[in-house]
Amino acid sequence: MDLLTLLQVLDSSVRMATPLLLACLAGLFSERAGIFDIGLEGKMLVAAFLAAAMASVTGSAWIGLLAGIGASLTLAIVHGLASITFRGNQLISGVAINFFAAGITVVIAQSWFGQGGRTPQLGDGARFQSITLPFAESLSVVPLLGPIYKELISGHSILVYIAMLIVPLTWWGLYRTRFGLRLRAVGENPAAVDTAGISVVRLRYSAVLICGVLCGIAGAQLATAEPAAGFIKDMTAGRGYIALAALIFAKWRPWYALMACLLFGFLQALELRPDLITNVIGIKVQGQLLSALPYIMTVVILAGFVGKAIPPRAGGEPYVKER
Amino acid sequence: MEKMPKWADIFLIPVVSLVLAAIFSAIVILAIGEDPWAAVKLMVKGALGSTYAWGYTLYYATNFVFTGLAVAVAFHARMFNIGGEGQAMLGGLGVALVCLYIPWPHWSLALIGASVGAALFGAAWAAIPAFLQAKRGSHIVITTIMFNFIANALLVYLLVNVLKPVGMMEPATAKFPKLVQLPSFRDMFSTADTIMFRGAPANITFFVAVAACVVVWLLIWRTRLGYELRAFGHSESAAKYAGIKPTKIIMVSMLISGALAGMMAINNVMGEAERLVLNAVEGAGFIGIAVALMGRSHPFGVFLAALLFGFLYQGGAELALWTSIPREMIVVIQALVILFTGALDNMVRMPLERIFFSLWRKPAAKPAAAE
Repeated sequence: MDLLTLLQVLDSSVRMATPLLLACLAGLFSERAGIFDIGLEGKMLVAAFLAAAMASVTGSAWIGLLAGIGASLTLAIVHGLASITFRGNQLISGVAINFFAAGITVVIAQSWFGQGGRTPQLGDGARFQSITLPFAESLSVVPLLGPIYKELISGHSILVYIAMLIVPLTWWGLYRTRFGLRLRAVGENPAAVDTAGISVVRLRYSAVLICGVLCGIAGAQLATAEPAAGFIKDMTAGRGYIALAALIFAKWRPWYALMACLLFGFLQALELRPDLITNVIGIKVQGQLLSALPYIMTVVILAGFVGKAIPPRAGGEPYVKER
Repeated sequence: MEKMPKWADIFLIPVVSLVLAAIFSAIVILAIGEDPWAAVKLMVKGALGSTYAWGYTLYYATNFVFTGLAVAVAFHARMFNIGGEGQAMLGGLGVALVCLYIPWPHWSLALIGASVGAALFGAAWAAIPAFLQAKRGSHIVITTIMFNFIANALLVYLLVNVLKPVGMMEPATAKFPKLVQLPSFRDMFSTADTIMFRGAPANITFFVAVAACVVVWLLIWRTRLGYELRAFGHSESAAKYAGIKPTKIIMVSMLISGALAGMMAINNVMGEAERLVLNAVEGAGFIGIAVALMGRSHPFGVFLAALLFGFLYQGGAELALWTSIPREMIVVIQALVILFTGALDNMVRMPLERIFFSLWRKPAAKPAAAE
């Protein structure tokens, strides 16, 4: 395998990793605040649909993005109501949100566009296009670094770069701000936060809302950033769950989340190029095995073969204020 | 702390939740420009209007009884088994192997054999997540979801590469032999001059499902194991203190759960399709979650909820046939039922409790004031 093919695979790894990363960071905020969220999948799916639908109607990818974030936020608020206000079971709420998204996207897509649950193909203006970073062409003559810059770093949609920026932002927000300290505290010991006179409910809602925004961007990336050109039924295909697995793999830390998502992105990119694996290992690998690989990896990781992952202590427990 | 009367807890709250889910579903149907009332009428006619319609409704209900019981048994041990879908797929594989490779002399023996095969394969698929939960603490929810995806990939592989007969295009097994054909409702209930349930897939498995409800009830409320299971579900630490082993309970509850989900396959694979096709489960594993929540994890409740979802499923299919409401509407309704009966339970419960207490306290307070 030559350098160019490798770079192409890595390039698509980055692209595949982006929605995972955004969803993973979304889950990170939520779970660090003590709210389990298996509804990442559903939030991404409604965001992907509404982003594509709005982009197709208005012709603007940015309006699509906002609509996607709005859709995701709506479901995030439902999750917040169920798990914070009404102290319900957070897992069940997440499951409900996932099914709701899987159903409603097809029902509305069919009613609006009548194309069997998909949106029309998006034209060039209606989706986020690849950005060629400055000097990509002129630097490509530099050995090794030139092609890496041109093929791997340059040429992604703006959402990919935004996602990469959110990683340090999350780190900074979580570990260097007062909000982050309180957020982490409310996931470990909400009673202590409450005693300090800080509202547990408000903190948890803000975490759930941040989670909604990030899932919204993830969905928009999935449906409206090149080379994607619209929404397809069930297009998240378990990415929300893989993001959760990446989150556990990363032990709820932002930089490690980036690494984990890049790894899973790499696996998904390999799935698209079965010929490469055959060339490198010399054995033909079954396509089904490749498509199952991210899920098998997830189970292996969850089984704790890579060290013990300890979730935030108050995760999944509704907080009842003492009276 | 006072409690609501029991009938309110097991009857009123689910009904109110269901009404809320129905209202929201009606709003969705209105929003896509259809008439909800006409939709309801169409659904009632399509799902209950003839023996043919009943044959479909009961067929779907049979699936949901199995998957609902599967989720319910796990719920009692406070395990959340979302893997019913994958377990039912593997159950289908078990049924297919049993029916194709063992020469059964009669359908009744084949039914027993297929039940065992389905249960074994379903349980085996639940065993790994259960083991990982018990021994490594990996979250059962995420592992069972992952196992659904893995089951799907495995089944695609097996059907395309191994089980598909030579020369067939479609990824499916060969047709099962005539001898293992289960008697359908038509065979069982038609008289010489009136044919009932013509062309409907409901079959003898329905009665197996009813029997399964009774067995699960006996297991949960009349055996030591059931007691341990419920004790573990109520309080893990108390159960441990009483000498109940968490590993055993997690494993046993999940194995039973997986076996029940797998047994769904005798209905859809052996009873209806008579061969194993891709996507044979059609989401029934997931509907089991809604059924178990709706039925309050009680076998009788599960049975009623399964009938309700059988009605919704068949009615939904009729809607997709005659109106522009797509089949996925049923997924929306299912999600709303899960949301209102499961996650937003307190939203319904809190106001109802308040109403009850204000009504209850008044007569109780009077004699106290008279003294």
